[in-house]
Amino acid sequence: MKNNLSLDLYRQMYLIRRAEELIVKHYPEDEMKTPMHMSMGQEAVAVAVCHALGPRGQVFGFYRSHAVFLAKTEDPEQFFGELYGKVTGTAHGKAGSMHLAAPDKGFMCASAVVASSIPLAVGAAFANKQKRNGVIACAYFGDGALEEGVFWESLNAACVMKLPVLFVCEDNGLAVHSKREVRQGFKCITDVVRHFEGSVYQEDSTDVEVLYGRALEAIESIKSQGKPSFIHLKCRRYLDHIGIAAEFDVGYNSKAEFEEWFARDSVALQRKKLFSDGWTEEMLADEERRIDARLEESVRKAALAPFPAPEELYRGVFYERH
Amino acid sequence: MRGIDFCEAIREAMWQEMERDPTIFVYGIGVPTHAKIFGSVKGLSERFGLDRCFDTPISEEAMTGFGLGAAINGLRPIHIHIRVDFLLLAINQLVNMVSTFSYSTRGQVKVPLVIRVVVGRGWGQGYQHSKSLHSYFAHIPGLKVVLPTTPRDAKGLLISAIRDDNPVIFIEHRWLYWAVEDVPEEPFTIPIGEGRILRPGKDMTIVATSWMNIEALLAAKILSRTGVEVEIVDPRTIAPFDDTLAVESVRKTGHCIVADNDWVDCGFSAEAAARISEKCFGQLKSPVTRIGFAQTPCPTVRCLENEFYPNAAAIVRAVESKLGLKPMDLSKEDFCSHERRFKGPF
Repeated sequence: MKNNLSLDLYRQMYLIRRAEELIVKHYPEDEMKTPMHMSMGQEAVAVAVCHALGPRGQVFGFYRSHAVFLAKTEDPEQFFGELYGKVTGTAHGKAGSMHLAAPDKGFMCASAVVASSIPLAVGAAFANKQKRNGVIACAYFGDGALEEGVFWESLNAACVMKLPVLFVCEDNGLAVHSKREVRQGFKCITDVVRHFEGSVYQEDSTDVEVLYGRALEAIESIKSQGKPSFIHLKCRRYLDHIGIAAEFDVGYNSKAEFEEWFARDSVALQRKKLFSDGWTEEMLADEERRIDARLEESVRKAALAPFPAPEELYRGVFYERH
Repeated sequence: MRGIDFCEAIREAMWQEMERDPTIFVYGIGVPTHAKIFGSVKGLSERFGLDRCFDTPISEEAMTGFGLGAAINGLRPIHIHIRVDFLLLAINQLVNMVSTFSYSTRGQVKVPLVIRVVVGRGWGQGYQHSKSLHSYFAHIPGLKVVLPTTPRDAKGLLISAIRDDNPVIFIEHRWLYWAVEDVPEEPFTIPIGEGRILRPGKDMTIVATSWMNIEALLAAKILSRTGVEVEIVDPRTIAPFDDTLAVESVRKTGHCIVADNDWVDCGFSAEAAARISEKCFGQLKSPVTRIGFAQTPCPTVRCLENEFYPNAAAIVRAVESKLGLKPMDLSKEDFCSHERRFKGPF
C-alpha cells in the first residue's frame, strides 16, 4: 500500500542528506566560507518535527540547523545561496550557515550562541495565543542547551504562562566534543522536566515515522491541554562538531559506536520501509534523481550567482519599509 | 496645556498608545503589582487587562527573548525594568539576538520592542542600582537608545519609541520623575534622533545627558549672574546620535563641555568629544572637557556618593577654567536639594 506520508518523509530526509553530501564534496573548493555545523545523522528528528508542525509552524533553531532549515523551507536554492555568500541567499551572504532564517516560511532564526533562540519561541507562542491563530512555535535545540540558564527560564515562563510552545531537544549526546557525563548533573532530563506544568515525550528510535508520531502527540497535547510540551529525541551526529570530517577515536567518538548507529541510519531505514509499502527500486531511484538534479542545480546556481554589492553591508540594520 | 510630571507623562504615553493599538502590551517583573513601577503603569492592568499588562518570572534573559519573539510575531511589547542594572542579565539577548534580528532578514521583519529602564541614584542605591549604561547599548548597531530629560520629551519620545519598528532602549532617571512641565494632552511624537537646545547661550556649549541636564541648568543659572551665558544641548537620543545641534552650537561658542550621566572612560562623552573635535577643530578655543562619574563603582554612603557624582559646581568650575575666569564664591549655593529630597528606598 503506497503511503504518501512515508514517501514525503523520505524525500525530505534524502534531500537533506544529499545536500550535506554536496557540501562535503564542494567544501574543499573553499568557495563556501562559513563555519558548517553539519546535521548529517540528525535528519529524521528535523523532518519528523517540521512535518508534525506543518507549514504554519514556527521553528527557532540554532547553529546546527541545515536539516531543520531544509525540512521547513524545502528551499535548497536559498540555502546554497547563503552558504556561498551570494545575493540568492536568505540574507545575501550576511548570515551564513549559522544564522539561516526564512521567517516567511516558518524558519524564524538560528542563533550561534547555545540556547539563545529558545525564549523567542516562547514570546512568539504568546503572540500566537493572543491572536488565537492555532500556530505552534517550536524551540529547537541540542542537549547542550539544557545546561544554559535561559533554557530553564524559558521552560518555566512557558509553563507558568501556559503557552502553545513545543520544546524539542535533539540529543546527540555531545556538546562540541564533551560528553554528557562531564556536563549534566541530572540522570535524565525528561524526569526533571516532568515536574514542570507541561507534557513530556521521548523517543530514541531512528525511524522517522515513529518520531513523527511522537511529535504529533506532543503537539496534540499542546492544543488539547493548553500548555507546553517538551520532547526529547535521541540521535547521532555523524560528523565533527564543525566542518565536514568524521573524526573517530580521538577521545569522544568511537568508530564502533558510530557503526552501531549507522546500522540503524534513518535515511536507509526509511528507504527500506518504502519497499514494503510497495515502492520499487526504480520508482525510488527516479524520485532520488529528481532531488539530486535539483540540488546540483542549486549548487551550480549559487556558485555562479553574484556576491552582494558593497552597499549591502548597511542594508537591514533596521527595519526597511518595502 | 497642563503641568504633569515625568512619571505621569510616561504613563499617559503608554495609556494613549495602548488605547490606539491593541497589539501593544506592557510586562516585566512586578509590573501590575501595587507599586506600579513608581506609579508609571498605574491603572494599565485594570484598564487593559492582565493579558496586556502582566508580571513575569524573575528571568530577565528569557523575558527579553520573549519580547523579541512577540515583536517579530506581530505584537508591540514594552518591557520594563526598575533598574537598568538588571538588564545586564539580558545582554546576551540584546546584543546577540535583538540587535541582529533585522540584519538576519535584510530588514524585512519588524522588531518593535521597547525596553524601559530606570536609573537609580541616592539614598544608598550603591553600585548595583545606580548605573546608566547608555553607552553600552549605544555601542551596538541595531539598537536605538533614548534618554529624555523633560516630561514633554518623555511623552513624545516614548510614543515614538512605541511606534518605531525597531528595538528602542528607553532610559529614565529616577530623579527626573519629579520634574513637572506643560505637556500636551493629545498624543504627539518627538522624532528619535533629534536633539534639543535646552537653554540658549553664547559663551559655552554644554552637551548633557539625562540628569546632567538638570545640573547644567543650575550651573547656567549661577553663571548667568556673572554674565556668562551657557548653551545646553540635550541630544535626547544617543543612538542614533545626531551631532548637528552640538556642532552648530560649538561653532558659535568655541567651547564645549560634555556632561554625561555615566562614567567618562570610553563613554558617550568620548563619542561626543570626538565628534566635536573632528567637526569643530578650527573653531575650538579650548579642548573639549568631559565631566562624568568617578571611575569607581558607585559607593553607598552619602559622603562618598557626593564625591562620585559630578554636580553643577563641577560644571561651574569647568566653565570658569575654560574661559579663564576667577572662581566665583559658591559657598551660598545649594547643590544638594535633590539628594535631600529622595528618601528612598527605591
